[in-house]
Amino acid sequence: MEIGLVELSRLQFAMTAMYHFLFVPLTLGLSILVAIMETVYVMTNRPIWRQMTKFWGTLFGINFVLGVATGITMEFQFGMNWSYYSHYVGDIFGAPLAIEGLMAFFLEATFVGLFFFGWDKLSKVQHLVVAWLVAIGSNFSALWILIANGWMQNPVGAEFNPDTMRMEMTSFFDVIFNEVAQAKFVHTVSAGYVTAAVFVLGVSALYLLQNRHKDLARRSITVASSFGLAAALSVVVLGDESGYSASHTQKMKLAAIEAMWETEPAPASFTLVGFPDQEARETHYAVHIPWAMGLIGTRSLTEEIPGINSLVIEAEDRIRRGILAYDALMTIRENRGNVPAEARATFEQYSDDLGFAFLLKRYMEDPRDASEDQIAMAAEDTVPGVFPLFWAFRLMVALGFSFIAVMAYFFYRASFRKMQFPRWSLYAAVAIIPTPWIAAELGWFVAEFGRQPWTVDGVLPTAMSASHLSIADLLITLAGFVIFYTILFVVEIKLMVKYIRKGPFQDVDETEAWQNRHEARLRQNPNTPTAAATPAE
Amino acid sequence: MILYELIEYDTLRVIWWVLLGVLLIGFALTDGFDMGVGALLPFVAKTDVERRVVINTVGPVWEGNQVWFILGGGAIFAAWPPLYAVSFSGFYLAMFVVLAALIVRPVAFKYRSKREDAAWRARWDWALFAGGAVPALIFGVAVGNVLLGVPFHLTQDLMPMYDGSFYGKFLGLLRPFALLAGVVSFSMLLMHGAAWLSLKTEGLIAERARRIGSVAGLVAAAGYALAGLWLAIGIDGFTLVTDAVANGPSNPLYSEISREGSWIAAYGTRPWIIVAPIMGFAGIALAVMGLRAGREVSTLLWSKVAITGIISSVGLTMFPFILPSTVDANSSLTVWDASSSHQTLFIMLICTLIFMPLILAYTAWVYKVLWGKVTETDVTEHADTLY
Repeated sequence: MEIGLVELSRLQFAMTAMYHFLFVPLTLGLSILVAIMETVYVMTNRPIWRQMTKFWGTLFGINFVLGVATGITMEFQFGMNWSYYSHYVGDIFGAPLAIEGLMAFFLEATFVGLFFFGWDKLSKVQHLVVAWLVAIGSNFSALWILIANGWMQNPVGAEFNPDTMRMEMTSFFDVIFNEVAQAKFVHTVSAGYVTAAVFVLGVSALYLLQNRHKDLARRSITVASSFGLAAALSVVVLGDESGYSASHTQKMKLAAIEAMWETEPAPASFTLVGFPDQEARETHYAVHIPWAMGLIGTRSLTEEIPGINSLVIEAEDRIRRGILAYDALMTIRENRGNVPAEARATFEQYSDDLGFAFLLKRYMEDPRDASEDQIAMAAEDTVPGVFPLFWAFRLMVALGFSFIAVMAYFFYRASFRKMQFPRWSLYAAVAIIPTPWIAAELGWFVAEFGRQPWTVDGVLPTAMSASHLSIADLLITLAGFVIFYTILFVVEIKLMVKYIRKGPFQDVDETEAWQNRHEARLRQNPNTPTAAATPAE
Repeated sequence: MILYELIEYDTLRVIWWVLLGVLLIGFALTDGFDMGVGALLPFVAKTDVERRVVINTVGPVWEGNQVWFILGGGAIFAAWPPLYAVSFSGFYLAMFVVLAALIVRPVAFKYRSKREDAAWRARWDWALFAGGAVPALIFGVAVGNVLLGVPFHLTQDLMPMYDGSFYGKFLGLLRPFALLAGVVSFSMLLMHGAAWLSLKTEGLIAERARRIGSVAGLVAAAGYALAGLWLAIGIDGFTLVTDAVANGPSNPLYSEISREGSWIAAYGTRPWIIVAPIMGFAGIALAVMGLRAGREVSTLLWSKVAITGIISSVGLTMFPFILPSTVDANSSLTVWDASSSHQTLFIMLICTLIFMPLILAYTAWVYKVLWGKVTETDVTEHADTLY
């Protein structure tokens, strides 16, 4: 397959996925924040909380729709651009995507309409339930998509079937309770909660600076900072959990992130900063913290973390075994119905390394023809780009820790300083609005770029996964997506700004009037199923 | 005993073939009227208030309806991976156009009335029109192409490859029969959208919708009849040469297939499938009569019957074929060789049995809450919050 085609397909996927993830984190977090605000409204019956629910709900809606729209692309792009991938692992990977639709998409999409249009048709409690269902639906969808993604990182519960030339599920349980998936899920949704908390905090700070909607802004900051503090702690803790699971599931990714060229005696030191040089296999100007890496990665003082160089040697061995598996597979295929027992046995012994033989397909049709040089080249391909991973990871972690500090500060001021915030802190809160998005995108970059050269770690190389399209096809759709998505982005930012400027469109008085009208209406019409919820006087 | 062996592999395959149909029909019945309404928008509503009435008839529900489409994609991926791989990459540019339309549509719904500017609103109205009309047309064209066969083959590694002028070239899809199928699906969904508007609106809008809808129904019926005739005399069908191993491994290359006979022969071997086209024609006839007479609920139901009949007839006629190949008949995908593994089909069936009734129940509740006509007063009173 042409390498240009694979690179373009990757570019398109990366672009559409990262674009999609501009909207998802805010949806995840804001849906819950809005539901929390509405819960307070229903419990206290104070109009300000309904006003907050409606205001943040409007911004949620503007964002939600683009998350949904760009998500459609994701659901179809596997088949469009990654047809061999879809065939090869669809038996496992397709299931969580379908369950996501059944369990999550229907829930959020069916109720989100009612959230916006149902205020007059539902009782307060019913509307609150609807708000929570939207939030739960959004968060469930993250669960299933991360189970799917977790399987790409750590393909458990599946084995290769020579008859169908694909991976098939052996244990659904293993796929769901994949440790990588579970850690990633909590890490990702927490990142979404932090994003929403920073967003609410920043917009509220803007209102305080402008001296308007102060009641709404102060209360919003209180909710956002307490929710955000818990979420920021969870992001960092679960990020650490992801790192721990990578130390035994994705050793190469971990070594690349840490620029660990050689295996160090345990416990390994942690490189705080430095300039990794992939060619020379060393990190210039490195600043080390002794022991830290070994403790984080293995949670022990004696376990070793393998370095890149020894992992490359291991990959070479696996490629050689993979070639044996490939040879046996060809024999099995040619003698269908009468497979020699020997070939079957060889295949079973080495089938775990079949994917490593596929790494050679980039260089030749038949991996059995590989020369020593080519095997060495393919082994070298298993090292992802160290420099970008090293720095992306460090930037993400630094942002993660700074969110804890920010949230803790505002939580303190809101709880113990009567919701009074110094002006400099408000300016800072506005300025940091974009940072959680940067952290989230960096996180995905580390996870997926670090997975290269595989689409499914150790099972299927990226170079084999793409569809046999023409370069022209790819250029047309790529240009289409760029133009189209840019327009949508500009429109959405404009609308966000417009609605933030406009502020809460219902004044407290007006909300109070609505509340009285609504209750009167419910009393008048005993047929409404909601009448019971508001007993008549 | 292993749990999934409770149901035989071949039985599960047939169940999933039926479920594939259910999803496509579910999509056409729900999101179908959204698309029809979008396509009707410029013609049934002239003033801004009228347009907002029309848009708000589907405003709260289109999002849930669209999930049928997304779930359709996910379910094909999970239950029929080779079909997902071959069709989505084979119809690459057509898929892109559908995606573009389906991305624009949600945004148009949400953003259109967020600014007063008339030019802004006019632009989004056109986006809503395209978001409804384009997919309605392309889905039909795609079905037409499936009946004609698609020029792909599978390598020994089961990598899908595409040949000739078809692949990658959008225009290659626009063969006359496929275009006819596009006309059928477009007019069918136009009728469905009109039936919805006749139920949800009043006065001038409803009148215009009924007029256009009854014409669309007649076009759909004529096109459907013509397509059937064309299939009978002008298009080759596909036949399994060797007996299918109905519970064998999912490798499309294991079965021998030839291009001979006619699709319509299925009506000889399985006469009962005639029910589907009868439902199609009868449903259209009764829906058109309902539109003319101004009946509301029953018209929408008959329109649903028509759509169910028309879509089922395609699947039943082709069974066991799902996606035939014109260049290498043996690569054709059938029910017996293009599914997921036994275990995956079983697990997905359990999940569907758990969640589908829930989905239907809460969807029904939402429609019940939203029951009733959308009026111009509604729109002017809630100008700030409605679409």
